[in-house]
Amino acid sequence: MTKEEICRRLTEIFRDVFDSDLIELSRETVAADIEEWDSLNHIRLIVVIEKEFLIHLKLEELKTLKNVGDMLDLIERKIS
Amino acid sequence: MLDPFSHPLNIDYLLRKKKSIRKDLLSHRQAEEKRIAILGGSTTSEVKDMLEIFLLNSGIKPEFYESAYNHYYEDAIFHNDELDKFKPDLIYIHTSAVNISDFPRFEDSADAIDSLLTSQIEKFKTIWDRIETGHSCPVIQNNFEQPYCRGLGNYDGYALHGRSRFISELNIRFGEEARLRANLHLNDINYLSAWVGLQRWYDKTQWYSYKYAMSISAIPFLADSVVSIINAIFGKTKKCLVLDLDNTLWGGVIGDDGLEGIQIGNETAQSEAYTEFQKYVKTLKSRGVILAACSKNDEESARQGFSHPDSILSVDDFSVFKANWSPKHQNILSISKSLNIGMDSLVFVDDNPAERDIVRNNEPQVTVPEMGNSVADYIGILDRSGLFEVISLSTEDARRSAFYSDNQTRESFRTRFESYDSYLRSLEMKADINKITPLYLDRVTQLTNKTNQFNVTTRRYTVLEMEKVARDDGCLTLYGRLHDKFGDNGLVSVMAGTIRGEVLDIDLWLMSCRVLKRGMELAMFDQFVLLAQEKRVKVIYGYYYPTSKNKIVSQLFSEIGFDQVSGSEGKNTVWKLDISLGWINKNSVIEVN
Repeated sequence: MTKEEICRRLTEIFRDVFDSDLIELSRETVAADIEEWDSLNHIRLIVVIEKEFLIHLKLEELKTLKNVGDMLDLIERKIS
Repeated sequence: MLDPFSHPLNIDYLLRKKKSIRKDLLSHRQAEEKRIAILGGSTTSEVKDMLEIFLLNSGIKPEFYESAYNHYYEDAIFHNDELDKFKPDLIYIHTSAVNISDFPRFEDSADAIDSLLTSQIEKFKTIWDRIETGHSCPVIQNNFEQPYCRGLGNYDGYALHGRSRFISELNIRFGEEARLRANLHLNDINYLSAWVGLQRWYDKTQWYSYKYAMSISAIPFLADSVVSIINAIFGKTKKCLVLDLDNTLWGGVIGDDGLEGIQIGNETAQSEAYTEFQKYVKTLKSRGVILAACSKNDEESARQGFSHPDSILSVDDFSVFKANWSPKHQNILSISKSLNIGMDSLVFVDDNPAERDIVRNNEPQVTVPEMGNSVADYIGILDRSGLFEVISLSTEDARRSAFYSDNQTRESFRTRFESYDSYLRSLEMKADINKITPLYLDRVTQLTNKTNQFNVTTRRYTVLEMEKVARDDGCLTLYGRLHDKFGDNGLVSVMAGTIRGEVLDIDLWLMSCRVLKRGMELAMFDQFVLLAQEKRVKVIYGYYYPTSKNKIVSQLFSEIGFDQVSGSEGKNTVWKLDISLGWINKNSVIEVN
């Protein structure tokens, strides 16, 4: 899967979870950029990502995520 | 897109689309508001969100109170202004194995372990007692799931010091308590977690990171289970199972394959599965679910199917039997009419997706489970759906189908009479109408919570509230039981009123639809007036509060002779009756007491 494809599917996830079609992601997007992206929604985001890409994210991996770029890299690493 | 709430639940879709599902349900569904307090022993945010969409899907619009993290004990035990002001209609205590504060240590004696058990139980008994006195509302309490790890391996399940054994023992004691407490209902997460699979139930990453006691993916199952109980508490469970016949209750088509050709019995794997399904349906019937048949068939062939020597069900098990070539949604409508129950009380089971679709589209109030395409799955899908959830089992429940079948006999009997009154007199009805006694509290309360049509105020009571009213000298209460030549109809009517000097307000007047048009309401009212006169009441006020279902009683007070004092059509109306000059009994067809 290309990085663009991962990014497209991740954007879809964000749009579904936050119910907003206006969301556009960049590598620099952080929680503060999206209203409602709090710790409670973060966990659902993670669960939905795990289900979408059929991966399991470990405790140690989760704490390294600083922005969407980190997420994309982690997903890419896990599915390859 | 299939309905994500239909079983098996579409977990991924529910989690991902939660917000848009919520928005959609809020804009489309008519809902009854309920105030629900969640007292959590772990993080409850996702639990609350999932409960909300499952409740909305059942026609309940919840308002929530959520305890601070792991404050279930404090909120229940100590005075809490916010919770008091919230006035919950229901409290859900979301605890789990993480909330067991002490487990047996290996050096503990048998006595020490026993007192450990007792102290865990006592903690919860105090919680339930406090809620009973402080809020007197129904409580839903999780029991405990099996532990994540077993220090003693397989031995853990039966060793005195084993955690799994300790939890099993706690669950047994919880059950004993819940059987004694009318307002306490257990959410069996022990069964639920086993069904989901402990491997999927537990997610330790989510526990360490967010303090979720069970995985996010297990929470829709949890919400579904809690909402089934809530539906039962608020009288929203289904009453009647409408069944297709060919390829639903037996394999094959009776009209084509004949009696010898259909699959039922234990000759083949398929026929065994159909037999099991019939047994499951029979169990539902024996605990009070009404059965109706709805089949595209000649009536004669349809009936013939049940004459198969291996058939578990017989034609008599069905309170209504519709076998013809009309569209099924029309037959279902006529089933609902002849049973006198709302379309929203019906569940339609058919193996044919096209038939399911037609019914869904034409009668959206009818619940139509996705039965899949294999008879082997029928039981699982129906059982998981929780559509027929019960919170207690009364002898009335077990007899319910008989009541409705008796009604069918009465119906055919009725056509032979000249006047309606002569028909009523021929029924040889006898009523027992008296003050509500403790013996009848459960049934009376059950009726107040599920009677929607003949119900002037639709006031709901908990057992405790009803008990208080029944004991109060300033109140009048009545229950009515009706018996006739075809059988016992059981306790079918309830009235309650409050006396203010020489004035009596009717707070509650309801009657089960299975005795509509039998004159029972008149017999009840006569007795009510008799008691009122003993209390020197001169004026009785009646109140009619319209809902979407109780139009049938909008003119009840007028028919009895009340004068309208305020309100207008479609709005709350108030009615007045002067009895200071006496009262002539209205009932002439039922022998009372």
